[in-house]
Amino acid sequence: MISTSLRRLLPLALALGALTSPAAHAGKTIDAIKQRGSVQCGVSSGVAGFSLPDSQGHWSGLDVDVCRAIAAAVLGDANKVAFVPLNSQQRFSALQSGEVDLLARNTSWTLTRDASLGLSFTGVTYYDGQGFLVPKKLKVTSAKQLKNAEICVQSGTTNEKNLADYFRNLNIKVKPVVFEGFEASFKAFFAGRCQAYTTDISGLAGIRNKEAPKPDDYVILPEVISKEPLSPAVRRGDDEWFAIVRWVPFALIEAEEYGITRANVDSLRASSKDPGIQRLLGTGEDSGKLLGLDRDWAYRAIKAGGNYGEIFSRNVGPDSVLKLPRGLNNLWNKGGILYAPPIR
Amino acid sequence: MDSPHAPAGAKLRKALRQWIPQILLLAAALGLLWWLGHNVLENMRARGIQAGFGFLKEPAGFEIGESLLDYTPSQAIWRAFLVGLLNTIRVALPAIVLATILGTLIGLGRLSQQSGLRAACGVLVESLRNIPLLLQLLLCYFVLTSLLPEASTAWHPLPGVMLSQSGLFLPAWRCEGACHWELPRLEGFGIEGGFALTPEYLAVLITLTLYAAVFIAEIVRGGIQSVSIGKINAARALGMKPTQILRYIVLPLALRAIVPALTNQYLNLTKNSSLAVAVGYPDIVSVANTSLNQSGRAFECIVIVMLIYLCLSLLTALLMNLYNTRVALKGSQ
Ligand SMILES: N[C@@H](CCC(=O)N[C@@H](CS)C(=O)NCC(=O)O)C(=O)O
Repeated sequence: MISTSLRRLLPLALALGALTSPAAHAGKTIDAIKQRGSVQCGVSSGVAGFSLPDSQGHWSGLDVDVCRAIAAAVLGDANKVAFVPLNSQQRFSALQSGEVDLLARNTSWTLTRDASLGLSFTGVTYYDGQGFLVPKKLKVTSAKQLKNAEICVQSGTTNEKNLADYFRNLNIKVKPVVFEGFEASFKAFFAGRCQAYTTDISGLAGIRNKEAPKPDDYVILPEVISKEPLSPAVRRGDDEWFAIVRWVPFALIEAEEYGITRANVDSLRASSKDPGIQRLLGTGEDSGKLLGLDRDWAYRAIKAGGNYGEIFSRNVGPDSVLKLPRGLNNLWNKGGILYAPPIR
Repeated sequence: MDSPHAPAGAKLRKALRQWIPQILLLAAALGLLWWLGHNVLENMRARGIQAGFGFLKEPAGFEIGESLLDYTPSQAIWRAFLVGLLNTIRVALPAIVLATILGTLIGLGRLSQQSGLRAACGVLVESLRNIPLLLQLLLCYFVLTSLLPEASTAWHPLPGVMLSQSGLFLPAWRCEGACHWELPRLEGFGIEGGFALTPEYLAVLITLTLYAAVFIAEIVRGGIQSVSIGKINAARALGMKPTQILRYIVLPLALRAIVPALTNQYLNLTKNSSLAVAVGYPDIVSVANTSLNQSGRAFECIVIVMLIYLCLSLLTALLMNLYNTRVALKGSQ
């Protein structure tokens, strides 16, 4: 694993790579993964609930579980993932240059990114929005009161631009203090350098609970100023790999809809007569063949970390410290907007 | 042979021998550059990455925390780059001046007759030049921000001066219609008006200054020590006063050793200012990073930043060389 300071040079490395190497071939990612025996997954350098290493270097989080499910589907082992921590700026270069096979790194799907960076977003795994974290003692109850405030934000995020848009619309002057590193950004905020910190609300919940000296001293303001559909992304031009990264999360959502959990997946596979469940778990038609996988791909993905709902509650929901509500990230038939196209 | 044509022919041949390899080399270099550039664009296109410098005319869309120019997010990206460049110069230039003064003092301190002063300067030099600059910068920044009070309870060390985590605010001379002193004041959550030096700016300025100063100190010391004692004794024998010796003997000789090495330090300092992004100071690298991420034009932004640093460095070197030819003594020591 290359060090963070070296990774600052990634855009340069990418450029140098583009200087000499011939154009990448399509359809080769999956071969490379199989040969290597692991999936290289680009994650954040440490956002609680999404991707955070513990003291033993064991990663956990929603993005991490997505990667594990993909490794389970492709390689048959959820542990065959190499996590590559990337800060907001490094992530796209790392994907473009081939350092990672996919990004699962709280990354918002936008037109510019989708259309101009040589990558493709595969499907939303978390619907988020941008908000503000403020110290309670400021007695601020709305973002509209942040006149003249200094706001800490990390560079290389959609958040930087949303911030400018939002306050420009309201005709309120604020001053961004823009940091390259995530850690420097929230440390400065908790040291009191800024009156507010802004990023995706899930990220705010993460730093409030994991990084704040006293979480109760901070509140997230009610305003949600943007849409941040967080989605994994892959390099363009490899449709086979794209399809796999797109359909594994769909399988996890579909599993929740069918009530398939990590605990009951074995018994359902052995006994369920429901054709939908049979198809998903590989006892009916072979859906895996179409993706270039075997028939048990989805079974293994679900077995690895449970269905989407289980992954959600373990990492960011009621069973986690973040306690984020399910909100938009509930199934379409339960008041949310999660909707997986049929697996058939 | 004394035909008049022979020497002319020989001259031509000699000129050709001299020039042809150079022209070939230049052509090869240009060809290589063209080939590399062509490859980059070709490969980027093949990977579906958009390329070109047209994005510089698009609106930037992001705020910049501090700017010498009027700047709003609706202005073009190239203007944001300009703001970043000015911010780089705004921190590098004062740091060069301060580092030179401080470095000279420390360097003289190391040559002082007083052992206490000598030791103190020695410790300063050894500790600062052996710690990575980035660590010093982060340390300085976090010490600054955690020592200072919040904006709402800012210190007023002098009337009209406010010092807080939002920075050092000084009265500013403003002319809109009538001219007046504008005092900083608390407004909303921040401090408005006056002339502001943010903690980010101060942290970068202080660390760059100190770091370069200790290297300059060594250069100054070395330069002065390089003046042979014989020359000084000779000057004394001629009846020159100590100040005259310094002015006419030591300095001109020492500067000859000092100035070229000083140029290196100035170049280093300017390039080191690119670390500013770590503590959130919007220098050229920070602005380029943001533009790079908003526009996706990684390659282009890096090329621009490299060219800017190249120009800054060449300009510094040029000025220093001019200075050098003026101050340095001709001939050998
Ligand atoms: N969703 C936004 C923001 C994502 C983002 O990068 N957020 C920051 C703040 S929570 C982060 O994850 N930083 C972690 C890091 O840089 O390692 C985007 O895609 O630009």
